[in-house]
Amino acid sequence: MLEIRNLHARIASTGTEIIRGLNLTVKAGEVAAIMGPNGSGKSTLSYVLAGRDDYEVTEGDILYDGQSILEMDPSERAAAGIFLAFQYPMEIPGVATMEFLKVALNAQRKARGEEPLKIPDFIKRVKDAAGSLEMDMAMLKRPLNVGFSGGEKKRAEILQMKLLQPKLCVLDETDSGLDIDALRIVADGVNALRGPDRAMIVITHYQRLLDHIVPDTVHVLYRGQVIKSGDKTLAHELEANGYAGIIEEAA
Amino acid sequence: MNMHAPPQRTVAETALVDAFGVRLSDLPGDGAVTVKRDAAIEQVKAGLPTRHVEAWHYTDLRRLLTLVPPHDTSSVTKPIKALLAETVVLPVLNGVAHGKAPVVEGVTLQRVSETLAEGSCARALGARDADDTIGAINSAFVTDGWFVDVAPGTAVAAAFELQNVLGAGQAHVRFPVRVGDGASVTIVERQSGAAAAFSTSVANLLIGRDATVRWLIVQDLPDTTALLSQFNAEIGEGSSLSLFLMNEGGKLVRQEVRVDASGQRSDFQLRGVNLLSGDTHTDVTMVLDHSAPNAGSRELIRNVVTGKARGVFQGRINVHQIAQKTDAKMACNTLLLSDDAEFSAKPELEIFADDVQCGHGATVTEINANHLFYLKARGVDDKSARGLLVKAFVAEAIEQLDDEAIVEALEARLEDWFATHG
Ligand SMILES: Nc1ncnc2c1ncn2[C@@H]1O[C@H](COP(=O)(O)OP(=O)(O)O)[C@@H](O)[C@H]1O
Ligand SMILES: [Mg+2]
Repeated sequence: MLEIRNLHARIASTGTEIIRGLNLTVKAGEVAAIMGPNGSGKSTLSYVLAGRDDYEVTEGDILYDGQSILEMDPSERAAAGIFLAFQYPMEIPGVATMEFLKVALNAQRKARGEEPLKIPDFIKRVKDAAGSLEMDMAMLKRPLNVGFSGGEKKRAEILQMKLLQPKLCVLDETDSGLDIDALRIVADGVNALRGPDRAMIVITHYQRLLDHIVPDTVHVLYRGQVIKSGDKTLAHELEANGYAGIIEEAA
Repeated sequence: MNMHAPPQRTVAETALVDAFGVRLSDLPGDGAVTVKRDAAIEQVKAGLPTRHVEAWHYTDLRRLLTLVPPHDTSSVTKPIKALLAETVVLPVLNGVAHGKAPVVEGVTLQRVSETLAEGSCARALGARDADDTIGAINSAFVTDGWFVDVAPGTAVAAAFELQNVLGAGQAHVRFPVRVGDGASVTIVERQSGAAAAFSTSVANLLIGRDATVRWLIVQDLPDTTALLSQFNAEIGEGSSLSLFLMNEGGKLVRQEVRVDASGQRSDFQLRGVNLLSGDTHTDVTMVLDHSAPNAGSRELIRNVVTGKARGVFQGRINVHQIAQKTDAKMACNTLLLSDDAEFSAKPELEIFADDVQCGHGATVTEINANHLFYLKARGVDDKSARGLLVKAFVAEAIEQLDDEAIVEALEARLEDWFATHG
C-alpha cells in the first residue's frame, strides 16, 4: 500500500535535511510501528506523508497504491485515504467542531464522487463514534480542539479517523498525554479499525502503546533513516536495552 | 500672484456645485430649510477635505471622490428583499420615499420630503462642524427618507427596514428616528444599488430613557458607487444601543458613526464586519462621547481585506470628566488575504475622568498556515479551508449579536460574499 523509496526531505525555510534516505514499505492490513529517539524525524516523516509544505522532498519518492503522491496537495491525499493523527492537534478558534466534521466528511465524499451525508445520518455517525471513545457530545459543540485537554485532543483525532475511514492511518505519538484508561479506549478505537484493506503506521517512542496496538512490524528511525526493522520483539528489545545498542550497531 | 488662492476645483467639486444650481428648484423645503441648504452648499464650495484634515487623514476625499454623476430622475429601482423575515420595509428609491406610510401601532411614520416641505426638520439640517462634509453635502441635497417615531413604552415586534436603493445618478437621503422612553425596536438600514451612483445618507437616532435599540447597517453597493454615510445617535439614561455594520461593497465608502452616550448607565455596542475586495476604499470612522457616568461601551471590528482593497478604521472614544466609572473597550482585528490589501487602524482614547476602565487593541494577521494545513489534512480543499478560517474570523462579531434570526441572515450574507469573492 505504501512504499517510501530513498526519501530525502528538508525544512523548506532553512534547507536543513531531516529525512535522509528513508526506505519503508507497509502492506495493506499491516500495522507498522515506527520508534526512535526524540528528534529523529518521526513527526517530520508524518508531515511529509500528509503533504505539509513546510517540508520539501529533494530526492526519492512516496508511492501510495503504486502512485506517487508527491504532487498531491494535503486535501487530495486526505481524500485518497491518507490520515494523519497529529502529535499536537491544533486549536482552531471560531470553527465549530461539528461543522468542521461535517465539512471534512462531505469534502472527502465529494472528492470520491459520493453524495453529501444527510444531517441525521451524520449526527448518528458522530454520536456512535463519540460514544465508543467515551467522549461527551457537548465537547463537540465547542470550537475545534479549543480548550480540549491533551487527552481530549487525542481522542478527537481518533474520532475523526473513525468518521473518515481512511485507508492509511498515520498516528503520531497518539499515546502521549493519555492516562492508562484513556490509552486503552483509544487503542480499542484504533484496533477496531484494523482490517485487511487498511494499513497503519503507529509512531511512538514507548513500548506502552504497542502492548495495546500490537504491531506486525517495528522500524527504528534514527537521524532520518530506518536503521533497523523487525517484528514486535524488536520493540521489547528496545524497551529493555534502549536505542544505544541499535544505533551503535548501525553506525 | 495670490498665494492663497483656493486650488482649482476638482471634477467632483465642480459637479457638486453645479448640481446645486440645477437641483435648487426641485429640492423640497420651506424658507428655514432653504437657509440651511444655502449655508451647507457654501461649505461644499470651500472644497472637499484632504488628508491634511485629521478626520479625513486616511480618506483624502478630494482625491478619492471622482464619482459624482448628474442626477438621473429617470432611473428606475425596486425595493429589495428584506434582511429579516418579519419586517416593515420603508424604501427610498433613487432618493424618493416609495409607497404609503404603513400603519404600525405606537409608531408614527412620515416621509422626510414632507418634513422638509413643512420645515419641521430644518433644525436637524446643517453640518456639525467644518469637518462634517457628509452633513454638509447631505443638507444641501437631501430629498427624502423616512422619519420613524416610536412612542414611549412601545415594543415593536417587527423590524423596520430603511432602504436606500440607488439607481443611477445621485441620491441624498435621511432617516431621523426617535425612540421614546421604555420603547424597544430593531432597525435595519440597507445601502444598496446596481449602477454607478453617488449617495449621501444620514441617520439621526434619538433614544430616550430605558429604551433598547438594535440597528443593523448592511451595505452591498456595486464597486462603481460612492457612498458617504453617517449614523448619529444620542443614548438616554439606562438605554442600550447595539449597532452592527456590514460593508460588502462600494468603490468609495465612508461610514461615520457618532454616538453621544449622554445618559447615565447607558450601554453602546458596535460590531462591524468589513469585507473588502477589488480596488476599493472603505473607511469606518467612529467618535464616541461618554458624557455621563456609569456607562459602558464595546467596539469589535473585524476586517477581511483582499485584492487591492484598502480599509480604514478610526475609532475615538472621548471620556468626559463627568463620565466616572466608564467601562469602554475597543478592538479592531484585520485579516489580510492578499499582498496588495491594506488596512489602517487608528484607535484613540481621550480620557478626562480618573475612575474609568478603558482599553483598545488592534491586530493585523494573515491566515494561519498551521490551521490551514490541519483543515486540508482532513480533506477540505484549499479554497474551502480558507473560507472556513475567514468565516471563523468574522463570525465572532456576528455571533455576539445573540439573536438567531439575525445571526442566520448575516451568516447567509457572509456565505454569499465568499461564494463570489472567496
Ligand atoms: N519546521 C521545522 N523547523 C525547524 N526545525 C524542525 C522543523 N521540523 C522539524 N525540525 C527539526 O527536525 C528534527 C526532527 O524533528 P521531528 O520530526 O519532530 O522529530 P521526532 O518527531 O522524531 O521527535 C528536530 O531536530 C526538529 O527540531
Ligand atoms: Mg514527534
